[in-house]
Amino acid sequence: MEYILIIISAVFVNNIVLTQFLGICPLLGVSKRISTALGMAGAVMFVMVLSTIVTYLVQVYILVPFNIGYLQTISFILVIAALVQLVEIILKKVSPTLYQALGVFLPLITTNCTILGVAILTIQREFNLMEGVVFALSNSIGFGLALFLFAGIREHLDLMDVPKGLRGNPIALIVAGILAMAFMGFSGMV
Amino acid sequence: MNQWNNFTKGLLKENPTFVLVLGMCPTLGVTSSAINGLGMGLATTFVLAMSNLFVSMVKDVIPDKVRIPSYIVIIAAFVTVVELCMQAYTPGLFNSLGLFIPLIVVNCIVLGRAEAFASKNGIISSTIDGLSMGLGFSLSLTVLGSIREFLGSGRIFGISVYPEDYGMLLFVLAPGAFLVLGFLMAIVNKINKV
Repeated sequence: MEYILIIISAVFVNNIVLTQFLGICPLLGVSKRISTALGMAGAVMFVMVLSTIVTYLVQVYILVPFNIGYLQTISFILVIAALVQLVEIILKKVSPTLYQALGVFLPLITTNCTILGVAILTIQREFNLMEGVVFALSNSIGFGLALFLFAGIREHLDLMDVPKGLRGNPIALIVAGILAMAFMGFSGMV
Repeated sequence: MNQWNNFTKGLLKENPTFVLVLGMCPTLGVTSSAINGLGMGLATTFVLAMSNLFVSMVKDVIPDKVRIPSYIVIIAAFVTVVELCMQAYTPGLFNSLGLFIPLIVVNCIVLGRAEAFASKNGIISSTIDGLSMGLGFSLSLTVLGSIREFLGSGRIFGISVYPEDYGMLLFVLAPGAFLVLGFLMAIVNKINKV
C-alpha cells in the first residue's frame, strides 16, 4: 500500500517536472520529437534508479558512520557523474542509433537536476532502500510521462501559426504552464 | 573598457535566463516571491564567481580528459560552503529554498561558464564574467519573483500593495511560473530584435 502511495504521489500528484520544477532543461531541450523524448526518459530511468541505490549505500555506509554528512553534495555528484559515464559507454556499444539520437544530451544527464534531486530527497524523507528504489522508479516514470506529453504537444505545435515573438522557448514554456495546470487537478488525491 | 563590456554582457545581452535559457529549474522553482529569487540569485552569484576564479587558476594543471569532473568537484565545494553559511546565518531563507541549494551544483550556468569561459580566459576576466552572469541571473530571478508575488498575493518583497484576497493564487503555484517566464521571454525577444 505504501508503495502504491509513493508511485501515485510521484507520478501524478507531485510530478517531478511539472510541480517540483526539476529537469526543466531536458524538458525544453529534447522534447521536439516523441522518439528522442522516450530515449531520454529511458536513459534517465536507468541512471536514476542506479544512482539512488548507490548514493543510498554511500550515505548509509560511508557518510553517516564517518560523520561527514556535509560532504553529501560532493560525493553524490561524483557518483552520478561516474554512473552517467558508464551508461554512455554501454549505450554506445549496445545501441548506436539511440546513442546518435541522444547525442549531446547524455553527458548532460549529469547536470540533470532530477537525478541529484531524487537522490537527496530519498535521504531527506528517510526512505529505506526498497522505498527509495520505488521512489526513484516512479519519479523517472513521472519525468517520462511529462516529457512524452510535452513532446506530443510540441510535434503538433510545429504546424501552428505562432506569433513571431512567442516562437521557440516562450510558447514551449506557456504550453508547459497549461500542462502543469492540468496536473494540478491531481492535487489532494494523496 | 573591455572589462566593462565583459561585466555588462550578462545583465541583458547574454542574460543567462532570458537569452541563453540556462538554469531553468531554480528560475522556476524558487521564484514564488521576490526575496526567494534574490536570495537564490546571490547564492548562485557567489558560486559562479568563486568557481570561475578557481577554474581559471587551475585550468593549465588539469588534464583535458578529466576536466568536467574536476570542475564539478570545485563547484560542489563552493556550493557546500554556501549551503553551510546559509544554514547558519539565514535559516528562514535556507528552509524556503530547500532542495534547490544543493542543486546549484547541477545548475547548467555554473558548469557552462566554467567550460565556455573560465577554462579559456585569465583570472580577472573569469571572475568578472562569473559576477556578471550571476548578477544577470539574480536580476531575472528577482524580476520573475516580484511579478509572481505581485500577481499572486498582492505584495512585492513582502510589502503589501493591494489586498491579498484579490490575488490570483495560480501565479504563486507551479503553472504561474511557466506562464510568467514564457511571456517575459517573449518580451525580451521582442526588445532584443528591435
